[in-house]
Amino acid sequence: MTSERSNLQTLSALDRPNSYIGKTVPRPNLDRLMQGRGLYVSDIELPRMAHAVFLRSPHAHARIVGIETSAAKQMPGVIAVVSGSELSTVITPWVGVLSHLKGLKSAPQNAIAIDRVCWQGEAVAAVVAASRAQAEDAAEHVLVKYEELHAVTDMRAALDPATPVIHASLGDNLAFERIHDAGAVDQAFAESDEVVEAEFVFGRHTGVTLEPRAVVADWNAAEARLTIYQGTQAPHMVQNIAALHLGLKESQVRVVCKDVGGSFGIKVHIYADEMATYALSKLLRRPVKFVADRVESFNTDIHARDHRCKGKIGVKRDGTIMAFEIDDLTGIGPYSMYPRTSAIEANQVVNLVGGPYVTGNYRARARVVFQNKNVMCQYRAVGHPIACSVTEGLVDLAAMKIAMDPVEIRRRNLIADDAYPCASPSGLRFEQLSHHAALAKLVQMMDYDALRAEQAALRVSNIHRGIGIASFIEVTNPSAAFYGVGGAKISSQDGVAVRVDAQGSVICQTSITEQGQGSESLTAQIVGSVLGVSMDRVRVILGDTDNTPYGGGTWASRGAGIGGEAALQAAKTLRKNILDVAAAVLQSTPSELDIVNNVVVNVGDGEPRIDLSELARIVYFRPDTLPPGIQPELMATRHFVPREYPFAFTNGIQASWLELDPDTGFVKLLKHWVVEDCGTIINPQLVDEQIRGGVVQGLGAALFEKCVYDERGQLTNANMADYLVPMSGEMPDIDVGHVVTPTLESELGAKGAGEAGTAGAAAAVTNAVNDALRPFGAIITEIPLTPQVILTALGRI
Amino acid sequence: MKASAFAYARATSVANALELLTAYGERAKVLSGGQSLVPAMNLRLVAPDLIVDIGELTELRGAAVKRGVLTIGALTRHADLLKSPEIAAHAPLLKDAVAHIAHPAIRNRGTIGGSLAHADPASELPACMLTLGATIIARGPGGERRIAANEFFAGIYETALTPQELLVAVELPLTPKNSTHFFHEFARRHGDYAIVGLAAQASIKDERFADLRLGFFAVGDRPLLAKSASKLVDVAVTSAVLSEAASALDDELDPLEDQQATPAMRRHLAKVLLARCVSLLLARPDLCAGASA
Ligand SMILES: Cc1cc2nc3c(=O)[nH]c(=O)nc-3n(C[C@H](O)[C@H](O)[C@H](O)COP(=O)(O)OP(=O)(O)OC[C@H]3O[C@@H](n4cnc5c(N)ncnc54)[C@H](O)[C@@H]3O)c2cc1C
Repeated sequence: MTSERSNLQTLSALDRPNSYIGKTVPRPNLDRLMQGRGLYVSDIELPRMAHAVFLRSPHAHARIVGIETSAAKQMPGVIAVVSGSELSTVITPWVGVLSHLKGLKSAPQNAIAIDRVCWQGEAVAAVVAASRAQAEDAAEHVLVKYEELHAVTDMRAALDPATPVIHASLGDNLAFERIHDAGAVDQAFAESDEVVEAEFVFGRHTGVTLEPRAVVADWNAAEARLTIYQGTQAPHMVQNIAALHLGLKESQVRVVCKDVGGSFGIKVHIYADEMATYALSKLLRRPVKFVADRVESFNTDIHARDHRCKGKIGVKRDGTIMAFEIDDLTGIGPYSMYPRTSAIEANQVVNLVGGPYVTGNYRARARVVFQNKNVMCQYRAVGHPIACSVTEGLVDLAAMKIAMDPVEIRRRNLIADDAYPCASPSGLRFEQLSHHAALAKLVQMMDYDALRAEQAALRVSNIHRGIGIASFIEVTNPSAAFYGVGGAKISSQDGVAVRVDAQGSVICQTSITEQGQGSESLTAQIVGSVLGVSMDRVRVILGDTDNTPYGGGTWASRGAGIGGEAALQAAKTLRKNILDVAAAVLQSTPSELDIVNNVVVNVGDGEPRIDLSELARIVYFRPDTLPPGIQPELMATRHFVPREYPFAFTNGIQASWLELDPDTGFVKLLKHWVVEDCGTIINPQLVDEQIRGGVVQGLGAALFEKCVYDERGQLTNANMADYLVPMSGEMPDIDVGHVVTPTLESELGAKGAGEAGTAGAAAAVTNAVNDALRPFGAIITEIPLTPQVILTALGRI
Repeated sequence: MKASAFAYARATSVANALELLTAYGERAKVLSGGQSLVPAMNLRLVAPDLIVDIGELTELRGAAVKRGVLTIGALTRHADLLKSPEIAAHAPLLKDAVAHIAHPAIRNRGTIGGSLAHADPASELPACMLTLGATIIARGPGGERRIAANEFFAGIYETALTPQELLVAVELPLTPKNSTHFFHEFARRHGDYAIVGLAAQASIKDERFADLRLGFFAVGDRPLLAKSASKLVDVAVTSAVLSEAASALDDELDPLEDQQATPAMRRHLAKVLLARCVSLLLARPDLCAGASA
């Protein structure tokens, strides 16, 4: 089902003959990146630049008894060795809480630990030297005396009265708790024919960006200005936070973000070592570079998804789902991350469980606890994979119990496509979703019945394959409801400025950022389409707080939907301005004119009237020839934020087809399908690859990725040999299909697509594994699904 | 991370390399393909004062057959082994094994000498050396030493080599014409070190093993030439015989625990490999069915 756009009185600028919307056009930044001419933070070299290396705690929890730096200071090339208390003269601590997450508490965190370290990897001192190698040499000579403290590592024990409290001032290790109760849950369970329960366990994992976190901070004392070059998703947020804690005005901080080698949410936060780097530059009055190495990345890049969630579902024999109930527990490390907090993931789990389904009976509790491990926070598809795995796992268990086909139980319970607008059991408002259209398309794409027949035939010859299905909803285009209402200075609106230069080319400045997902391309596609200018004449500038409008950046699947709409509106205004001047010059009226292929033409017969370049020449160099009273404005700026719905929900469904070897516990992924509905598709290839990339990260979670901590809080696999990221050799072909339901909140109609793949992939795989395990009577509700886990469940070891 | 500062020398001859190794002893490290040494240096797990790069000693590179012996120079790269007609003809097991080592970029640099000297218990080539009955040739200040493969591997990253010695070549008896082989390993991803692997060479007569050599790897602190193989030789292999061999194998194993597997899982997988190997080599699918029941 493809819903028609109904809110537009006239043909949209997007539907014009030469529109780039819906076309796979090459990304404008491709040549630059392919020819090695990108500019990553690591490439930046400034005069007098020094390199910072952080000495990191080997203990998960310890008191710092003393730091001896004199030997290190004598080492070649060393400029300074700085402790936490020394740095605290230039930077203030922070507390990662937001007021809309009621009851969320955390303790003050310093840029470099003072007196106490709370996780293995927390910085205890910075060594600044002329080169990274010299700083590392010197770091080996900094002597830190520690007194080890009890490390709280198991989240299940964190709330025991016998467990030491990590931050005494907080009273206990509970950071946040949310309880939700909707409908009549007890009654619904009582009326169910079957009630199924399970505990779902999720491995802690992380984003593993190709380019690690990196920052160059350059305090220019003469200008009293700090320039921060950083691979970040949210430059204005960094500007705000850096200024706040360094005692500066925002106008004294410029954040420049050139090329970024992947982020996935890892680079949307403010890290202590980055704050320390800003402060070191101010303290030492020179540029300071910090580039995390791979071991540091594993120990300090935010982790995510460490959840244990008990789930319960009630079902009637006819397949009607009566109620969902969950009890979720997650351990977030010793501090709630700044400034987005570490309660969002659990909060999302509560929000999203049961989301695709009709039942209104839903009870949930989520508890977020402190522990002495690396910090956890938002990573691609925040909370979605947990909520989806729990929901879809429960739905499959219920189906199994009543012997109903997994597709059929979904068909009977997914919210009907004509039931909108409506709300989820947790109160989220849906504008228009398309679960049934997506399901129908998926079944057809994968030829579900044929696959089931193949599965049955192969089972006879001892080949065990499984099919897993997972429906999902995805939060995109967040409004201020996400962070702003809680007091965070994180903008939910974005701005775009477009102008025509003196030769009729277009320069576009946008506040969204590019980390590889195609922000530059989609902006140019929209602006080019609306203006009637070819894309090669549109240049997009992003990632510079001095040179772009104010805005949120790129995260939470918001770039296309919010930044894209701002681009559309700015370009529309500019187009009107251009046509106004053209009409004056041509003694016509704007409504009789159009711009096609860089030329102003007659609407009626398409006859070329005046080149944009010629018009620009007149406007900029011969304004004296314009009629009196005409002041051309060949520049326009517009901002956009969704106001009606707090989030533009998208939906979709995924399926996995895999083979399980019961002798070895190995799983081979054979095929993966996704049908998703992100509304208007601006660039089909970019959307499909976002989906595929997202699926791959979800498959990583399903089969491979896990940060393995021992009971003393030591991360034991902080390297690329032991932490297994998914690689192409193990990835199946991923077929992507679309249902298109544009949001009516914007003229563009685009919703987000960046996280859909990650949201449902692991759930589909887990369901497929359990489907394959059926003949063995084993059920697994834990990821990653390693051979060890599978063999154990099968009783083979 | 960056490696600690080190001095670098490019050896001009084997004699020159040996001089440097003699002078520096344990403070020097030989650099072959660098695929194990350099990552360890970058993690500062090792910090040699001197690197002796033997990369230009072309006389150490290549495989040749002479007088019924296949000699492979220490600097022969994994990628060379894959392409070499001599290896394909006279040690086809090696060709199969090498395909499982890492990824093309690493195979283009990593060498057989480096792999054997490094002696990672999860490596493919050390086990192959046991299976194929290789002799490892080392040269040191006192001249040349010939070390039987089953005496060469001494533990995790430990060999019979002294710090002053250079591994220069390995010698393999030519694989007999009527011989057959099996190579398989279980690894989480393509190119990862194995959780458990098996390199086997056999000759079969009248549907029985006339000879069977089973080189297991990643089942202990060094590769293992399983004695339990003898239980399968010169007998009609039945499920009972196989399971007796499997339990004898179990007694020989001393697997370690690591990120990927517990000892129990390694034992289990080694037995699965044994069953699959025997069943495949004897073309007896029935022998495998037992394992998956
Ligand atoms: C990502 C990755 C995956 C890998 N996966 C596998 C795998 O699956 N299986 C596998 O077997 N290997 C694997 N390797 C290791 C690879 O095969 C190495 O190349 C090999 O183990 C060492 O060979 P090298 O020539 O690179 O030795 P180097 O790294 O140069 O040296 C290794 C050690 O041996 C010593 N040494 C080297 N040559 C000699 C010599 N001639 N005489 C005496 N001492 C010497 C060195 O001093 C050093 O201590 C992997 C490596 C990487 C980076």
